[in-house]
Amino acid sequence: MAKEAQQQVSYTVEELVAVNPYNPDILADLENYVNEQVSSQKYSLDANLCLLRLYQCEPERMSPPIVARILIKALMAMPAQDFSLCLFLIPEQVQSEEQFKTLIVLSHYLETARFRLFWDEVAKNCSLLESVPGFQQAIEAYAVHVLSLTYQKVPRAVLAEAINKEGLALDQFLEYHVANSGWAIEKSQGRSQLIVLPPNEFNHPELKKNASDSVSYEHVTRIFPVLS
Amino acid sequence: MAAYDADSSAGGDLAYDPNFVPDSVKTFVVHLYRQIRDKNVYEIHQMYEGSFNRLTDRMFRESPWPTAEAVAPYVDGDHVFCLLYREMWFRHVYARLTPTPKQRVESWDNYCSLFGVVLHGVVNMQLPNQWLWDMVDEFVYQFQSYCQYRAKLKNKTEEELQLLRNFDQAWNVYGVLNYLQALVEKSNIIQILEREKEGLEQFTVDNGYDYQGGSNVLKMLGYYSMIGLLRVHCLLGDYRTGLKCMAPIDLSQQGVYTNVIGSHISTIYHYGFANLMLRRYGDAIREFNKMLLYILKYKQYHQKSPQYDQILKKNEQMYALLAVCLSLCPQQKLVDENVSTQLKEKYNDKMTKMQRYDDEASTVYDELFSYGCPKFITPSAPVLDEPLTNYNQEAYRLQLKMFLFEVKQQQLLAGIRSFLKIYSTITVTKLAQFMDVDEATLRTILMTYKHKMHSTDNDGKIVSNADIDFYVDDDTVHVVEAKPTKRFGDYFLRQILKFEEMISELEKVQLD
Repeated sequence: MAKEAQQQVSYTVEELVAVNPYNPDILADLENYVNEQVSSQKYSLDANLCLLRLYQCEPERMSPPIVARILIKALMAMPAQDFSLCLFLIPEQVQSEEQFKTLIVLSHYLETARFRLFWDEVAKNCSLLESVPGFQQAIEAYAVHVLSLTYQKVPRAVLAEAINKEGLALDQFLEYHVANSGWAIEKSQGRSQLIVLPPNEFNHPELKKNASDSVSYEHVTRIFPVLS
Repeated sequence: MAAYDADSSAGGDLAYDPNFVPDSVKTFVVHLYRQIRDKNVYEIHQMYEGSFNRLTDRMFRESPWPTAEAVAPYVDGDHVFCLLYREMWFRHVYARLTPTPKQRVESWDNYCSLFGVVLHGVVNMQLPNQWLWDMVDEFVYQFQSYCQYRAKLKNKTEEELQLLRNFDQAWNVYGVLNYLQALVEKSNIIQILEREKEGLEQFTVDNGYDYQGGSNVLKMLGYYSMIGLLRVHCLLGDYRTGLKCMAPIDLSQQGVYTNVIGSHISTIYHYGFANLMLRRYGDAIREFNKMLLYILKYKQYHQKSPQYDQILKKNEQMYALLAVCLSLCPQQKLVDENVSTQLKEKYNDKMTKMQRYDDEASTVYDELFSYGCPKFITPSAPVLDEPLTNYNQEAYRLQLKMFLFEVKQQQLLAGIRSFLKIYSTITVTKLAQFMDVDEATLRTILMTYKHKMHSTDNDGKIVSNADIDFYVDDDTVHVVEAKPTKRFGDYFLRQILKFEEMISELEKVQLD
């Protein structure tokens, strides 16, 4: 019953954002929705941007813990650019508060693929980040994504640093992806393991569909009369 | 320029009597009123663009037009006509004079009344699209102007502060956004554009006009309000939502938005800027390129138009933004030859500096961004207690700061690019040596390049913006040249259609 009611509320919030977003009365609903996103591991950028806009219009109603949660959820959405989209709407004085400075530093490390520094900083700020379930996994997914753009075969050490796993935990991670994501493991010239990532158009350029050579549907319809 | 208060007559050279209606104005309003009643859109347009500006140049260069109350008797006191006239009246004050605080508030009231009437669905006029675009454009402009005005508190008189306190609802951001949103919704414009894709509507073909005796006003105000919403969201720094508001308009084709040059430029300028901030450099470059080419070809036809200066200004701003985009994402092949020549003339030195990615580069990025960007606003109401400061630059400073931060993150990528241009394969160790960093740092840089050169589109798909690409196999970097693409598909389609034409022509030939 409670779950049904929860689903109803979020449906209504999404509707509100679509239909009546410029309305200060929905501020409380949007704040609750942020908390709901955190606890049930959902995410809605549009609803969060809507809330940040309302805060922009009425700065006295801004709630720093809510903003922090929005930013953490945005970090988890990487490689999408949601974090900067949110920052565009947060005034400079607010951004200079301690917890936001930390989050900005974390974003900076992720944007520049400095995973070692990132995980070190995360370790120093457990309390801030552990309140948002799914954070670890989301960042791991981002790290894997960047590695997949870059590498056909990545050395074990590089992967280990990117996802902050070592030893047994790393082996389990690899096992899982070999079984489910098409990864493979090779030995590299007597040294440690090489992880072979599945081919995509970014690490295997020959797979890149020549987009400009594909013809759009609308253009093809032009010759239907001829073909018939 | 002196500010004229509508209530009192000013002293000095021109004793402005707001109630005096010269004969030429009498004739003007009588004719305009009749043309509007008779729905002669062409004549209305001539009077709106031609006669109004000629009369302004002749008689009202430095004073306002007679008030709506003064001309009302000549137009049967028509309520809607007076609202339209008043809108033009205030627009003239903003353009040629400086509006007083009271006039700013009164203009807001007028827009509320005007849009209120339109939203009630009782308007059955047909007005030229130019006029309807100007209304929406001016509405957003006056909002922007008011936000700038009320953010400069330092030198305000007590009287001005009192006005701000009393009329705190004037030009409030919710009101502005809600009016634009209401126009979009009430006009059903999104559904109309959807149905048009299935051939159920003639909106674009008719250029928004209604040939069945109805009115184009609500529809077109709704259409232009989508562009208005894009603009307001850009001013607030919410680029994603701005682009979403514009999504129903298909920018890959001609449309109603291209028929009035002001709306065409405003659309592309804000679309391009939003994409620049969203790191979708390829999209921004493509659209800026198209628009700049268009202006290059057709600006001579607009030399006499009152919008000419604005066209030129936006043109220059877009060149600056294009220079920025190309420095962050060198994709010269996306730019037309003629535009490229213009760009080199204006910004060759600066682009060279920006691609060096050092401190001097930051200064140039700062300069071009500041020149090209919109006038950002702080939407919140001013705090009217001491100490009074000017905070009108805060919004701009935030966007600039965020932009320069992004530029800084991309600083090391220029180095990588120059090496990738020379080598087809190179080991990580060697490349690290050349770039004077350790291996771990180099791997970081390689991943940063990949991340920054790939943007996420609205559906979450990853799109590459890279001119030079690579992949890494263990410890070797393999560089991939972007091949120039041959467009076979289009070529075959054209030839098929051409042959079909020829065959049907031949079949028509009768042999005796």
